[in-house]
Amino acid sequence: MGEVNVKTLEQRERTFLEQSYIPEIVKGLGVTVKHFFKNISPFEDERMTVTYNYPEEPTEYSDRYRGQHRLMVREDGQVRCVACMCCSTLCPADCIHIEAAEHDDPSIEKYPEVFVIDQLRCIDCGLCVEACPCDAIRMDSGEHVEAFGDRGKAFFDRDKLMELGGQSLAEQGGDHIPEHPS
Amino acid sequence: MRIPNWLALTLIIGAIFLGAVGAMWGAIEAVALAATLLPAPPEPFATIGVIVAKIGLIVFGFVMGLASLMTLFGDRKQSARIQNRLGPNQAQFFGQSLIGLPHFIADGIKMVLKEDVVPDDANKLLHTAAPALMLIPALVGWAAVPFMDYYCHAPSDPEAARMAIQASYPFEVCKTQTSNYFQIMHVNSGLLFAFAIVSIEVYGNAIAGWASNNKYSLLGGIRAAAQMISYEVSLGLSLAGILMIYGTLDFREMVVHQAELAWGWLPLWGVVVQPLAFFLFFLAGMAETKRAPFDLPEGESELVAGFFTEYSTMKFGVIQVADYAATVFLGGLTAVIFFGGWHVPFLYADGFYFGGLAGEPTLSLPYHLVVATRLVAMCFKIVVLVWLQFMLRWTLPRFRYDQVMMLGWKVLLPAALANLLITALIVSIF
Repeated sequence: MGEVNVKTLEQRERTFLEQSYIPEIVKGLGVTVKHFFKNISPFEDERMTVTYNYPEEPTEYSDRYRGQHRLMVREDGQVRCVACMCCSTLCPADCIHIEAAEHDDPSIEKYPEVFVIDQLRCIDCGLCVEACPCDAIRMDSGEHVEAFGDRGKAFFDRDKLMELGGQSLAEQGGDHIPEHPS
Repeated sequence: MRIPNWLALTLIIGAIFLGAVGAMWGAIEAVALAATLLPAPPEPFATIGVIVAKIGLIVFGFVMGLASLMTLFGDRKQSARIQNRLGPNQAQFFGQSLIGLPHFIADGIKMVLKEDVVPDDANKLLHTAAPALMLIPALVGWAAVPFMDYYCHAPSDPEAARMAIQASYPFEVCKTQTSNYFQIMHVNSGLLFAFAIVSIEVYGNAIAGWASNNKYSLLGGIRAAAQMISYEVSLGLSLAGILMIYGTLDFREMVVHQAELAWGWLPLWGVVVQPLAFFLFFLAGMAETKRAPFDLPEGESELVAGFFTEYSTMKFGVIQVADYAATVFLGGLTAVIFFGGWHVPFLYADGFYFGGLAGEPTLSLPYHLVVATRLVAMCFKIVVLVWLQFMLRWTLPRFRYDQVMMLGWKVLLPAALANLLITALIVSIF
């Protein structure tokens, strides 16, 4: 038989003053009055309210917030993506559709002729960003994917995704590719 | 540009004060001026005209204005601030949310436009009449509450006014013509009148509960009746000591008695003379208004909404406003009986006397300004007492029904009796 470890708590008798409730009511009133006056203070930093007035005061997202995708561009404004299919292969929601095509520039092997993300299927997991070997797709735009009234508008094509895109600091193709003779 | 909340609050409260005081006084002064310029109307019409003006300004201007604004500021905004919330702020006038004032108007419009539901087999006549039976007593009681003393005419003669003050320390005596402007009806048994009126309010609750043909409503009505009868006893008895000390039932004379200063600095208000009676009266009065922590007749957790479960539209609105009007009325009674009514310490008819009544006033004020200060002081005391009631309402958890009854009969009643006994001993010895 194991021993049951019973802890005996001493019940404190209420004193007469506590029994009469009057000092306790005054104490409670003190707390509510303090909250009331702090919260109507004209100085915002003294208030204890933590409410965001959401639509009027948008919340700040953290830097790691996964927002709408964007496709980064090269120095000459062309899409950075080389249509390697890593992202569409890895995508668990199967929402990225890429059709590759030959590029005119011999130093660039392929480019995406069609690059469509179905935002209704996307689960914002961020695996496409992890998979991308050339920093072409990012989710750091900090913007919501808007709501759609029409399913057709949920397919974001290459040009729409590039609108948000900027230049990447990473060198295209890494160190191993020889410099383009131009 | 958005107006900050504290500025909006100041503006709104200032507007209430200025509106109440300015309208009350300005209109009556205008009537008096018209009486001197125009040929006097035949007698009953003149008196009736003044009384109607007073009722309109005091009851519908100040009391109803304050009571209905309390539904917003007291219950929704104040509770929100206490609980670190913001409260309603989305409805807007011209892009200004004005600490939720548009919500108050929107609520009123919504109540008027909703469908009026009377349950099957309910007594339609009583069901309709009950809200009025609740609201009317809460407003009729104001007839006896004085907002200011008799108004002395001929204020242009400062010498006369000054002599009048020093003639009978510490009261001011009008040696010239006087008018009773700031009290609707001067009854010498004002306290009895107020109590009689407050007591009938329970008929409205009981009738509302019974006429709804609903068991929850009936239970709520019965609870309201039992609770109000229990607390009526302590409410009356707690004031018996006050009656002994002041020796009058007249509210005006009670307030005049409270003008005295003990040792030259402590105003002998009712709360100083009878602190226990103030506590008992305020507690019993809060129980009479049937709001939390004494909201057993409403009983949200067990009786749906108590006696007004079956009410909708403006009938429901009127019941709510009646509750708030009763709250304001309790504030008014407490201000008159325990907080010196219109008195501001050290303020006499021609200014502030900080160093005793001998000599010149420390700060000279024209008589009109003194009257306005006193009116503002009275309104301010009422507002603070109403605020305190709402503070308590959001501070305390509610009682169980047997606890309410036990508090009423086993704690408040013996305490009131003991207070009465001790006061009687002291009064008879000294």
